[in-house]
Amino acid sequence: MSTSKYETVIGLEVHVELHTKSKIFCSCSTEFGAPPNSHTCPVCLGHPGVLPVLNAQAVDYAMKASMALNCEIGDVSKFDRKNYFYPDSPKAYQISQFDQPIGLNGYIDIEVDGKTKRIGITRLHLEEDAGKLTHIDGGYASLVDFNRVGTPLVEIVSEPDISSPEEAKAYLEKLRAIMQYCDVSDVKMEEGSMRCDANVSLRPHGQKELGTRAELKNMNSFRGVLRGLEYEQLRQAEILDEGGIVVQETRRWDESQGKTFSMRSKEEAHDYRYFPDPDLVTLHIDQEWKNRIKASIPELPDARKARYTTQFGLPSYDAEVITSSKQLADLFENSLQYTTDAKSVSNWIMGDLLGYLNSTGQELSEVKLTGQGLGEMIGLIEKGTISSKIAKTVFKEMLTSGKLPSQVVEEQGLVQISDEGAILAIVNEVIADNPASVEDYKAGKDKAIGFLVGQVMKRSKGKANPGLANKLLIEVLKG
Amino acid sequence: MSIQSKDVEYVAKLARLNLTDQEREKFTEQLNAILQYAEKLNELDTDGVEPTTHVLRLSNVMREDVVQESLSKEKVFRNAPEEEDGQFKVPAVLE
Repeated sequence: MSTSKYETVIGLEVHVELHTKSKIFCSCSTEFGAPPNSHTCPVCLGHPGVLPVLNAQAVDYAMKASMALNCEIGDVSKFDRKNYFYPDSPKAYQISQFDQPIGLNGYIDIEVDGKTKRIGITRLHLEEDAGKLTHIDGGYASLVDFNRVGTPLVEIVSEPDISSPEEAKAYLEKLRAIMQYCDVSDVKMEEGSMRCDANVSLRPHGQKELGTRAELKNMNSFRGVLRGLEYEQLRQAEILDEGGIVVQETRRWDESQGKTFSMRSKEEAHDYRYFPDPDLVTLHIDQEWKNRIKASIPELPDARKARYTTQFGLPSYDAEVITSSKQLADLFENSLQYTTDAKSVSNWIMGDLLGYLNSTGQELSEVKLTGQGLGEMIGLIEKGTISSKIAKTVFKEMLTSGKLPSQVVEEQGLVQISDEGAILAIVNEVIADNPASVEDYKAGKDKAIGFLVGQVMKRSKGKANPGLANKLLIEVLKG
Repeated sequence: MSIQSKDVEYVAKLARLNLTDQEREKFTEQLNAILQYAEKLNELDTDGVEPTTHVLRLSNVMREDVVQESLSKEKVFRNAPEEEDGQFKVPAVLE
């Protein structure tokens, strides 16, 4: 399929749940996983005559997120009603923001294939989440849990500046990292605290006006976003190749089938009839308030990445990967309180840690490794207490038990043998048992020494100091 | 006048209302009368007047982020036509 004939144009709408303690317009808890409808009250159930009162923390978080995305914060912001009927919304309208959102005209920089690209952010607005529907009785009835109704959300709308599924993924990852650093959300796609819809269209290269777009929903993971967009890109290219017309519609990504399906139930354009919510008065955001929020923004991923390359000399790629998750970056920096070898810390994180997480499918929060553990382990290697080979065993143990390396080494008797006498005894055994290799070595085949060192390591269960074993072998063989 | 019968039909559809032909005609007339009445406002000179969304001289009414007790289960479902497994049971909606 010739997607190369076309330019892909993607705009993303991302919803991020703010982790306030209470809901945006009432005092019910936002706790996840509570029994259905146990966190509801007349306000979030949409009973008549009740009044919503705005959660100040939600506004602070939305401002913080806006500023971190380089948005301008308006002096005036207000709330509007978005009207629609659906059983997950008890009021039959959602309180959202229409023409005066919290943040406008921002951007973030993403990196794909070593190239930096700036993606514009149109707006960031505050709104309330909807409830959760479960379909039962063979599709004849639905059950509604209103616990999630009123959880504060920010919707972040990008400009159609994204040109490929890879860029979309990079944008989402950067967005997630920024939200993590700002500590405004848990931003877990798999748990729904970060959700992504995409507008996708294709146009022939060089054409100015945009092609007809499809709106993609239900991509619940980073991989889902990547695959869903790839599929949609191909689907539209096929239609255009055959001279067809792309229909403007909403399509649902089906992860298990790896396809998108039209969600069109009726030919009916949405008409939300937004109007200012009379129950909520206008927000006036003065400079003092803006300054207070500005001061609370921590060092963001791009700044940290730059610092890691200059201060610690990390390669740009390593710095990018480590700073893409706040937890990972914090682990890196915590380790450096216990060792000065930043490059070594980075290598262990990039290699053994990420490799382990990848292969087990675990999150960093699920492993017990601490910065102190990693830092001290590197210290033990430097001191020669353990070899790098033994360190791999120690590292695995630290991941699962969270024990400090000195404890692991002691409990499992992993201390490196650096006692010449002890190693010499093993060296002599190995020489006696491997006459062929000894002959090879004496005949000038230097490679044979590698095999013999390997035998020494094997017999010592990996504990012999390999440098010392090498030195002693040569000494003995050269007699 | 500005409102046609088809506009009333559209608004009724958005509001999930089924109107008889007579009702539709009656509401078309009434809505036009209401709009006509509101038209009077256009006679006012509003040059230099800032747009207003609220008549109250209030802004920044907010609460602290503090959790308070929610409703009891019994009260939550007092107005529910049907309940199942602690949830509101509603007619199915198509995905």
